[in-house]
Amino acid sequence: MDKFYLLLTAFISIVLINNLVFTKFLGICPYLGVSGRLDMAFGMGLAVTFVITLAGVLTWLIDHMVLMPYGLEVTRYVCYILVIAGAVQLVEMYLRKFFPPLYDSFGIFLPLITTNCAILGLCLFINLWGIGNLPEVAVLSFGAGIGFTMAICIMAGIRENLNLADVPQCLQGAPITLITAGLLTLAFMGFAGMVK
Amino acid sequence: MADKTMTAADALKGGLWTEVPVLRLILGMCPTLAVTTAVKPALTMGLSVLFVLLCSNIMVSLMRNLLKPHLRILMFTLTIAAFVTIADLFLRAFTPQMSEVLGPYVPLIIVNCIIIARAEACASKCGIFVSTVDAISMGIGFTIVLCILASIRELLSVGTIWDIPVLWKGFVPWAAMRMPVGAFVTLGLMMALVNTFTQKSVRGS
Repeated sequence: MDKFYLLLTAFISIVLINNLVFTKFLGICPYLGVSGRLDMAFGMGLAVTFVITLAGVLTWLIDHMVLMPYGLEVTRYVCYILVIAGAVQLVEMYLRKFFPPLYDSFGIFLPLITTNCAILGLCLFINLWGIGNLPEVAVLSFGAGIGFTMAICIMAGIRENLNLADVPQCLQGAPITLITAGLLTLAFMGFAGMVK
Repeated sequence: MADKTMTAADALKGGLWTEVPVLRLILGMCPTLAVTTAVKPALTMGLSVLFVLLCSNIMVSLMRNLLKPHLRILMFTLTIAAFVTIADLFLRAFTPQMSEVLGPYVPLIIVNCIIIARAEACASKCGIFVSTVDAISMGIGFTIVLCILASIRELLSVGTIWDIPVLWKGFVPWAAMRMPVGAFVTLGLMMALVNTFTQKSVRGS
């Protein structure tokens, strides 16, 4: 039961309090780039969730079973990026086969998940936090993906409404999106202190 | 083909004004927002990016004829990852304190969109000289934007620039500028300012 409680806390913490987008500034480029339409944002969020879960678990395993015992930490970044690129390739092949319309609408953004900072960032943060057991790593990676999906969907919803609003000309496009994002982080700061 | 090739002058102008990385291309946002709480880490970050950008642009430019289209992103990221490892070890050895402040944002240079975008848009098409100029001008443009943003945030959040107090004594620090919201809003306003200038110059010409 204690174990379950710990995992639940970790999940809530990564989704609401330590949300990668709002507090760590990770994954900002797709956050600003793909959040124009709600359906696309949701699809992107799911793809990222899949890749981030796979990458988080795999990099942790590689780190603890290969790199650390053999003293190969210097190649850590190269290994991480290879794992992530492989996972993205998998998603790309899967989508092309089973959901061609979704695949077409993503375009260049799909291979660019490889260079989504949220994914590499999570792998690095798991390493930095020194998390020692596999279930927690899995929950944290999955939660990070859910947190990203939530953030990008909220943003897409706001931006669909923003299209109808009368925004001053110099603020149109990226500036107003950034300011909106700032206000969102302010709102999410209200969750700080709920759990560690 | 002739109209597609970039010249060194284009590259220089692009990085420093018409395509300033953060403000115009909206690339490389994550480190921009995360490390700009103070000027020192921002400058370190800017210079690390400049180093990695320069090395990877030269490398990609050298091997551009060997690249296969479907493997190019992988080759780019692997090249970049190798140079980022060098930069990371260098920082850890010579400025361990700064390395701690920057934390995971140094390895995150691997996925900095600016570097990949330049490898894709310039280095994989142009010769080594143009790529070098492009990397230097882009890197300097990025560093300047980072330093401006960091100065504003450091000034308003603690009243110092480069750890030297510059504001009067009774100044009340504006804590929000240290937090994520300060980063987002300041950058948004900076972009709005640049937009205003460019729109004017477009109308004037």
